[in-house]
Amino acid sequence: MSDNPPFINFDAGRLAKHRRRKAVNAVALTLSMAAMAFGVFWLFWILFETVGLGIGGLTVATFTEMTPPPMAETGGLANAIFGSLVMVGLSTCVGAPIGILAGIYLGEYGQKTWLGHTVRFINDILLSAPSIVIGLFIYSVVVSQFKKFSAIAGILALALIVIPVVIRTTENMLALVPNALREAAYALGTPKWRVILTITLKSARAGVITGVLLALARIAGETAPLLFTALSNQFWTSSLTEPMASLPVTIFKFAMSPYENWQKLAWAGVFIITVGVLALNILARVLFRHKN
Amino acid sequence: MAATLPASHYDNDKMSRPESAGRPPETRRSSPWADTVFSVLAHGAAVLTLLLLAGIIVSLLIGAAPSIKEYGLSFLWTSEWDPVQQKFGGLVMIYGTLMTSFIALLIAVPVSFGIALFLTELSPSWLRRPLGTAIELLAAVPSIVYGMWGLLVFSPVLATYVQQPLQVLLDGVPVLSGLVSGAPVGIGILSAGIILAIMIIPFIASVMRDVFAVTPSMLKESSYALGATTWEVVFKVVLPYTKTGVIGGIMLGLGRALGETMAVTFVIGNFNQLDSLSLFQAANSISSALANEFAEAGEGLHQASLIYLGLVLFFITFVVLSLSRLLLARLKKNEGTRT
Repeated sequence: MSDNPPFINFDAGRLAKHRRRKAVNAVALTLSMAAMAFGVFWLFWILFETVGLGIGGLTVATFTEMTPPPMAETGGLANAIFGSLVMVGLSTCVGAPIGILAGIYLGEYGQKTWLGHTVRFINDILLSAPSIVIGLFIYSVVVSQFKKFSAIAGILALALIVIPVVIRTTENMLALVPNALREAAYALGTPKWRVILTITLKSARAGVITGVLLALARIAGETAPLLFTALSNQFWTSSLTEPMASLPVTIFKFAMSPYENWQKLAWAGVFIITVGVLALNILARVLFRHKN
Repeated sequence: MAATLPASHYDNDKMSRPESAGRPPETRRSSPWADTVFSVLAHGAAVLTLLLLAGIIVSLLIGAAPSIKEYGLSFLWTSEWDPVQQKFGGLVMIYGTLMTSFIALLIAVPVSFGIALFLTELSPSWLRRPLGTAIELLAAVPSIVYGMWGLLVFSPVLATYVQQPLQVLLDGVPVLSGLVSGAPVGIGILSAGIILAIMIIPFIASVMRDVFAVTPSMLKESSYALGATTWEVVFKVVLPYTKTGVIGGIMLGLGRALGETMAVTFVIGNFNQLDSLSLFQAANSISSALANEFAEAGEGLHQASLIYLGLVLFFITFVVLSLSRLLLARLKKNEGTRT
């Protein structure tokens, strides 16, 4: 071997190449770890600031008093919190049943039909469509027809965001139900609607509820579709035909203002929303994992 | 039992059973209309989704009609936006939307790839779930929280620790100094792009992680057996195999970034002029213009022009998201034939 220089050179070259490949690998894997740390870093930074700045502004008054005028001494977010609860709750009541029904269509009726394929495709696009465009749509079909901003318009806009989320999860969850269950039920002579309601939907229940919770979490923080549908309201109102305050829109208004008391309340609002949304998300995950 | 049953009866019973177990039997004991009603409801809900899309497109077209009639397609490359003189052109907003999304992709794609690589190949299995959840929670944080954090926490940091040092460093350099010029407040295209990047990382990373996970382990194990390093396996085997899915994931992230409203509105500065290419220049995007001006714009050309912008935004995101879906669907089909 030692008499044969080319061979030795070849080995040395191969060794060098091996070392280089190892080095490239080490660099790439280090960068990958750095990317992971980078991603987690932002989550912690955002949560840290939100909690730090939010808790400072959080008092009992935040939950009991109305939104104050600029530079007032006291004031809270009671009307905004109430408005958000009403609109988020009602829009889920409107959107979730439609979403579940359409999900049932995709999962149980139209798996292989052209309508099924089209609906699935369109739904995936609506799922990521800009929410502000949904606001524009509701503005032109509801607000501009009645010449009035109203909570109903806000509820409809949010419901249109709930529907695609619920359709998607419902269909996915129905697909997880083993076919043997359906076949067993059909074999006993059960009509299709009962099979769906009492067998498949029931066994996919946890997943479907997860989807509804995720949709709730999604719309609880939505601001853009409310800006020109529900608008905002300085006062407490429970009338659905009046403009209604909501937490996100109030935060937007207060955060962009130069007034210190408004900014402080905005941070408190951001804290409430973040905690609420993350809690819903974690609840949805735990529920889903627990059932599976 | 069988002996007590007449053979003919048994046979008849068998004949009347449905051929396929997946179909309901012909005879139903409960009310016959219940099935029809339920089926109609489900079909109706599905068709509603299609009507929704059609409704959005039609209502945007009707709303934008005055502006479309007035400006035609030249709206897209006119930069003047002057509500007082009733002159409207969408170039500034369209540029802002495209540029911020481009910056977001520039940052988010490599980071998401790194995250997906870490979660599928490197992470110890006990860390996989908590870290995956952490990244997914990043997607759950409402955009208004990103916006407020971006405006009041992130922008000052960006101005102090990035913009000012860069301005000092690049002082006098012809093109580059222009890129970082502007008042040191940290608001503008770059900070909007960075915040968008953070927001879309979870979407891209989770698609990448999922498609990496469908790569047959046979392929990966074969290349490991030939002595490939982890990086080589991912870059030369997994990535080519999942190419379409990865691009689909990137498109999904892009679609999200283009339409994002609140986070951008807070930090972009809402400035309707385009007089410098600086990354720290206050600018505007389509969605922020809508968020800021729409409720105040009276009916007329101003409102129609804003709806026109909305139509442009919807068209762009529709194309990008359709592409994303088609690519992801193609990966799924290939997956079926290859394994």
